Amino acid sequence: MSVPEELYYTAEHEWVAIADSTARVGITDYAQRALGDVVYVSAPAPGTRVTAGDPCGEVESTKSVSDIYCPADGEVTEINSEVDDDPGLVNSDPYGAGWLFKIRLDSDDQIPPGLLSAAEYTAMIADEEQ
Amino acid sequence: MPDPQSAALKRTPLAAVHESLGAAMTDFAGWQMPLRYRSETAEHNAVRTSAGLFDLSHMGELRVTGDDAGEALNYALVSNIAAVRQGRAKYTMIVGADGGVIDDLIVYHLAENDYLVVANASNTAVVVAELTERASGYAATVTDRTDDYALIAIQGPESPGILAKLTDPDLVTRMKYYAGYPALVVGHEVLLARTGYTGEDGFEIFADPDDAPEIWAGLSEAGHDAGLVPAGLAARDSLRLEAGMPLYGNELSRDITPFDAGLGRLVKLDSGSDFVGRAALAERAPQAASRVLVGLVGLTRRVPRHGYPVLWEGVRSGTVTSGGHSPTLGQPIAMAYLSADAAAQAGQARGRDDDQGSSGAGLAIDIRGSAEPAAIVRLPFYSRGARD
Repeated sequence: MSVPEELYYTAEHEWVAIADSTARVGITDYAQRALGDVVYVSAPAPGTRVTAGDPCGEVESTKSVSDIYCPADGEVTEINSEVDDDPGLVNSDPYGAGWLFKIRLDSDDQIPPGLLSAAEYTAMIADEEQ
Repeated sequence: MPDPQSAALKRTPLAAVHESLGAAMTDFAGWQMPLRYRSETAEHNAVRTSAGLFDLSHMGELRVTGDDAGEALNYALVSNIAAVRQGRAKYTMIVGADGGVIDDLIVYHLAENDYLVVANASNTAVVVAELTERASGYAATVTDRTDDYALIAIQGPESPGILAKLTDPDLVTRMKYYAGYPALVVGHEVLLARTGYTGEDGFEIFADPDDAPEIWAGLSEAGHDAGLVPAGLAARDSLRLEAGMPLYGNELSRDITPFDAGLGRLVKLDSGSDFVGRAALAERAPQAASRVLVGLVGLTRRVPRHGYPVLWEGVRSGTVTSGGHSPTLGQPIAMAYLSADAAAQAGQARGRDDDQGSSGAGLAIDIRGSAEPAAIVRLPFYSRGARD
């Protein structure tokens, strides 16, 4: 189970890469394994205002549907059109080509509050597996 | 994810094999079963294009034996079982006195006065109880033999060729669909049947649990070059949905008669012989159906799922019984019970339009609060040979 050191995480299994006040968001390797093959992703449209902790999209897999929870306050700037064409990228490359959308962060603080470090997230999923 | 109850789950004779293959396991009807090995979509596609190998050892197996075994089954089930010749099988149902479906079954006529009844795992106990009671007036004995059988299915266009390497090839060539008889597979005595639940050609192998790992290994090896892969319950469900096959608990239940499910042809009302549920079904048969089982294709990409409402011109007119993304069609598909009125109107609207229904204008599936357009299509969604 891959949990890259340089990313931040939510308790709902999103990952967040932060650079230049922009957050790139996806779902974790753990999440994609639990979901099974992803068949459709509904991400918030560019321009949408999003609030940390609110559901802002859906990931549909063969067996279930899961909400995507927004990891930070801000405005959606871009969605990954390649995932729209090939949702399987979420399974094959969850931290790379399978990213879902980008948010321009409201705060200039580098790290939005409430996110988990890789170590914290690793501990959390270890607990869930118990 | 393991939970405290997992210790109570039954394991199949192939549990160690699944573990070594790294399968994601799931609790299904009290059994720990493989959900998928790698990608369920790849497993699905393998069955459509080459072959897949399934462990179905959770299915219930009952033997009905004795001088009156055929007559007892004729009374207990809706179909004319006594007319099933030795070596052949029949898809049928057991219903309550009110005509509601208790389970759907496959009955194999193994030998004179000897039948094998295959029940769904979730219903095995109730089928054993009902058959035992219904057979009590006959010279027939009902025995639950579930633990005496492993059940391995090989399904897909390559399955006859793969199997022919491991048994008498003439047997494979000769065996008709819905036939089943004793055979040697990988040197083990089994009941070999040409049956399945995927919409493809394929075989089901009822084996001694001790022999199951060797048979599984033999099939895996013989099928490797043809592209055979192990396949889990997730692929099994998407395959049977594309093939328009009902699943108990979804399309079939105690509240549904065989006629509601479009399977009235299974019911032997004209034979004159009595069976449990006959009076209720005889009354039901000539009535116009108030609801019909239909196939739906979603015209957007959101996926309909079990229990979602179906809307006709904005009014709730039915319920999705099974839904999912179809790997073969690349579209969302569903089966649903729809009121006969709505189904007729949607069908007419579709008839007026070109191919891909503007019937979508009136027909929709309520997917978590959003009315997503859908169209009625003829079942099954997929039938083999219809590709290209």
